Amino acid sequence: MKKLATTLFIAALLLPLTSLTVSAAGGAHVEHSGANINDTASLQRGAKWYVNYCLGCHTISYMRYNRLAEDLDLTEEMVMENLVFSDAKFGETMDIAMDEEQAKAWFGKTPPDLSLIGRSRGVDWVYSYLLGFYKDENGGWNNTLLPNASMPHILWPLQGIQTPVYRQEAGEGGFTREVIDHFRLTTPGTQSPEEYRQTARDIAAFLDYAGEPAKLKRKGIGVWVILFLAFFTFIAYLLKAEYWRDVH
Amino acid sequence: MAKFTSSISKGAGSLLNWFDDRLPVTKFWNATMTGYMAPKNFNFWYYMGSLALLVLVIQIFSGILLAMHYKPSAEEAFASVEYIMRDVDWGWLIRYMHTTGASFFFILIYLHMFRSLLYGSHKAPRELLWVFGMFIYVALMAEAFLGYILPWGQMSYWGAQVIINLFGALPKIGEPLTQWIRGDYFISDATLNRFFALHIIAVPLALLGLVLLHLVALRENGSNNPDGIEIKKNKDADGKPLDGIPFHPYYTVKDIFGVGMFLIVFSFVLFLWPEAGGLFLEHDNFVPANPLVTPEHIKPVWYFTPFYAILKAVPDKLMGVLLMGASVAILFFLPWIDRSPVKSIRYRGLWYKVLLALFTIAFVRLGLLGMAEGTPAQTWEMRVWTLVYFMFFVLLFFMSPGGKTKPVPDRVTH
Repeated sequence: MKKLATTLFIAALLLPLTSLTVSAAGGAHVEHSGANINDTASLQRGAKWYVNYCLGCHTISYMRYNRLAEDLDLTEEMVMENLVFSDAKFGETMDIAMDEEQAKAWFGKTPPDLSLIGRSRGVDWVYSYLLGFYKDENGGWNNTLLPNASMPHILWPLQGIQTPVYRQEAGEGGFTREVIDHFRLTTPGTQSPEEYRQTARDIAAFLDYAGEPAKLKRKGIGVWVILFLAFFTFIAYLLKAEYWRDVH
Repeated sequence: MAKFTSSISKGAGSLLNWFDDRLPVTKFWNATMTGYMAPKNFNFWYYMGSLALLVLVIQIFSGILLAMHYKPSAEEAFASVEYIMRDVDWGWLIRYMHTTGASFFFILIYLHMFRSLLYGSHKAPRELLWVFGMFIYVALMAEAFLGYILPWGQMSYWGAQVIINLFGALPKIGEPLTQWIRGDYFISDATLNRFFALHIIAVPLALLGLVLLHLVALRENGSNNPDGIEIKKNKDADGKPLDGIPFHPYYTVKDIFGVGMFLIVFSFVLFLWPEAGGLFLEHDNFVPANPLVTPEHIKPVWYFTPFYAILKAVPDKLMGVLLMGASVAILFFLPWIDRSPVKSIRYRGLWYKVLLALFTIAFVRLGLLGMAEGTPAQTWEMRVWTLVYFMFFVLLFFMSPGGKTKPVPDRVTH
């Protein structure tokens, strides 16, 4: 009886969790990226893709080149030769030379800084976003995750061009609507679909890292802290047990 | 060597004597620690108070370090937080101590308050102890709200916007009042600056004073215990409670063990899961505050969501604000609402267990619903649980004097 009551109580507490998560879902599909922040090679590739394709417009103004070098096992020469295309110094942040007023004129708004995109949107979102570009009926670039934004598909030479294949879906009030079922690669790029996925994964991992560089060290330190505390707590328990022997 | 140590302890002893002649050091220690008798049957729930004190210290310590690097200006605040996270040595650790500490403070306080509902710790003669505790809770809510604006992210900005605008619902004084709070016509640099001052000086001072009062009131009557029995009623020949043990060393060593257990959980979140899936650090707050772009889904941090749900459950804004205020205010009166002759749930009837279970479910579900986007079905669910929340107090008031109880033993049980 008591067990049943406890079970019912806990069930009642947890019930809304499931009903709420169902209602919170919806919107465009975000895929699991498999990006690994501890894979240094992946981070290095991601940094390379980023400075070559993204940094032209999107700053990472909280990230310093020298920190990048330290965390990604790169030397100052390697960074200055391969990753710095502006007149930035080694200790400076990853900013760009593009004028804000010009950027506004070209894109309608200044392309956002992406220092924290890995934290605000999440690494899986970044990955899915990079896979979600397509040519729509109007011949312009569009994206499943950010529909009708002004961002063109910068990586298309790598991925190629994909166009959507629609299917009909029953919508509200008996109407049917067109939704994207899947993409067809109409113009192949220089990378195979699998290679491009890896590229997107590398960029996502790099932005995950850039969002919180401390993440690389924090988890390792945490494990040692917890091990120490477990030992401390064990000693504290023995001390407590010793003192409490005479309490009845 | 023996001679050396004995002369050291002799020296320390005479130093203590010197102080004792001028300041009641030993007297205070004896009165509040070694001579203070606590019931010997404390369980899990009795760790929360000392742990909350520990978190208060963590918050003050990490807060001082954060204030050394943080810039309370709308222009620089967001960047200065990222500067702390990246360029300040161990800055990420300091900040995560503070953000994790904030959420754990509320977890501990909620458990601490729930303990009172279980064992009747708010009942006579500890009404004032409960009331001071409630003031601490309200001060803590103010502290958390003020601190949340400081990172100057989107949720900082829009969360503050929503909460401050609640005051605007008050007739006549509403609009001028919101302007007075903001110090501007909208949330701006002036708001951030004053919230910073209140967050790091005014409210912490009030909190420390209230904690002191809470502890003095606790030492006056001593702790309640899971049996809800006054241990002072059974004393031995020396006048010591039979079921009491000296707070020091028994509960100091026990609390050290509790601190260890707590710090393991705390460190797990701090080092391995600091965002807690967006509950402790919200995703939208990693976007700098932008007065021109409203986030899709504005919601307060998890510890406010039960009350936020009560606000949202009411269609009328003023009524919603008043009901939300009432949901906190009614807790102050708990010692007089609960008129049961018995303190502990162990000796109350089934009716109380059912009431408390429903109240707990209502509070948790309101918390979850307060985070949700608010579909019409969810709004109706919020209304049901809001009703359950308030009915707890109404039914408790009417049922507690005559409700069925079990005989209370004279001595504490194990």
